[in-house]
Amino acid sequence: MAQVTLLGAWPSPFVYRVIWALKLKGVDYEYVEEDILYNKSERLLKYNPVHKMVPVLVHAGKPIAESAVILEYIEETWPQNPLLPKDPHGRALARFWTKFGEDKNPALFGFLRTEGEQQVKATKEGQEQLRILEEQGLGDKKFFGGDEIGMADLEFGWLAWWLEVWSEITGVTLIEAESFPRLHAWIQRFKEFPTIKETLPDRSAMLTHYKDRRATFLALAKS
Amino acid sequence: MADVVILLDAYASVFGMRVRVALAEKGIKYEYREEDLRNKSQLLLKMNPVHKKIPVLIHNGKPVCESLIIVHYIDEVWKDKAPLLPSDPYQRAQARFWADFIDKKLYDAQKKIWTAKGEEQETAKKEFIEALKVLEGELGGKPYFMGERFGFLDIALITFYSWFHTYETLGNFSIEAECPKLISWAKRCMQKESVSKSLPDPKKVYEYILEMKKKLGVE
Repeated sequence: MAQVTLLGAWPSPFVYRVIWALKLKGVDYEYVEEDILYNKSERLLKYNPVHKMVPVLVHAGKPIAESAVILEYIEETWPQNPLLPKDPHGRALARFWTKFGEDKNPALFGFLRTEGEQQVKATKEGQEQLRILEEQGLGDKKFFGGDEIGMADLEFGWLAWWLEVWSEITGVTLIEAESFPRLHAWIQRFKEFPTIKETLPDRSAMLTHYKDRRATFLALAKS
Repeated sequence: MADVVILLDAYASVFGMRVRVALAEKGIKYEYREEDLRNKSQLLLKMNPVHKKIPVLIHNGKPVCESLIIVHYIDEVWKDKAPLLPSDPYQRAQARFWADFIDKKLYDAQKKIWTAKGEEQETAKKEFIEALKVLEGELGGKPYFMGERFGFLDIALITFYSWFHTYETLGNFSIEAECPKLISWAKRCMQKESVSKSLPDPKKVYEYILEMKKKLGVE
C-alpha cells in the first residue's frame, strides 16, 4: 500500500478529525508534527502553499489539504467503516452539518479567545449555534451519523474533549447537561467509543497548551 | 414515478446559479422559484430552517441546502449523465479544495468591492485579484479546471463572472487586464448553453446591486 503521511500540529482538533478517520478505517499512516506557530517547515510550505496550514494528508506523494476535503478523500479511498451513508440525501445532510461546524467554528471557539463583556457575548453566540445543533443536527440520534460515528461526529468531536479543557481554563461552561441533554449524552458516547477513547490528546498537556494560547489571544486583542 | 424538482433561488445569487448550471448540465427538468430575500416564503423557512438562505433544492419533497452540497447531490443522484466531479479521488479532492478556496477567499473580497469605499475597497480589489490570479495559475493551459471536461470547479467559479461587470464598474478596474487567461476560460464556459442560460445578464446584476446599495445605505 502506498505511503500515507499526516502533517499535523498537536493538539489541533482539525488534525484529530483526520486521525480519527484514519483509525476508524484501520489505515496505517506516519504522523509528522509541524511547528505551525513558530517555524513552518519547507515540507509544509511545499505541500500546502496556499494556506500553509495543517492537517495535510500526503498519499503516494500527493498532498491534500483542508480537513473536510481530506475526510472526503479518506472516505473515497478507504471505503470500509463508512463515514457517510449510501443514500444521496443522507450524504447531503452529513455534509450540511459538517459545513455548519466549519462555518460556526469562530462563534463556538469565541469564548476561549475573549474576556469580560466580549466573552459573555461570545458564549451566548456559541450557545445559540449549539441549540441549533442539538435540536436540528443531532435530534434523537445516537450519533450525528445515526447508529454509527460519521463525518459530522468527527467535525464536532472537539466538543467532547477540547471543550472541557477550555471550560476549566476560562470558567465558562458552554454545554450544561440540563440545557443541552442530547449533546451532553452524545459527548459521553463519543469520547467513550473505543477508537476515539484511545485517540485523545493528553488532558493536562492540553491545559498547559491552551492556557498559553489564551494568553496570546488576549494579548493580541489588547494590542 | 417522475422526479419533482424545485429550486428556491434568487436570480443574482452566484450560489443559486451554480445549481442552475448543474441542473442544466444534467438536463434535469425543474421548477424555478424566485425568492424575495426581504420577504422569504414559508416554504424557504421550512426547507432551510437553519440558515433561511437560498439556494435550496427540493427533490421529491426533501430539501438539500448549500450550493456545493447541492451540486454534489445532483451529481450523485443523476450519476449516469454528464459527470460533474472527476472519478479519481485525488482529482476530486483538488476540485473540492479549490471550490473551498473560492468560497473562502473570493467571496469575502468581492463583497467589499461593492459595499466599501476608499482604502477598504482598494484592499478588497487587491485581495480579489490575488485570489483570481491564484485560480488562473491553477487553470494553467487547460481548457477547463479539471482538464478537457467542464465540471464542478468550473461551475463553482463561473457564476462570479456574471458579477464582473459590477465589480469593474464600482471598483474602477479591469479584470481582463489582470487575468486574461481566466477571462478566456470564462468566455469558453459561456459558450455552453447550460452556463449562458443559467447566468443573468451582467447589466441586470449591476442594476440590482445599485438598488441593494441604496437599500443598505452604502452609496
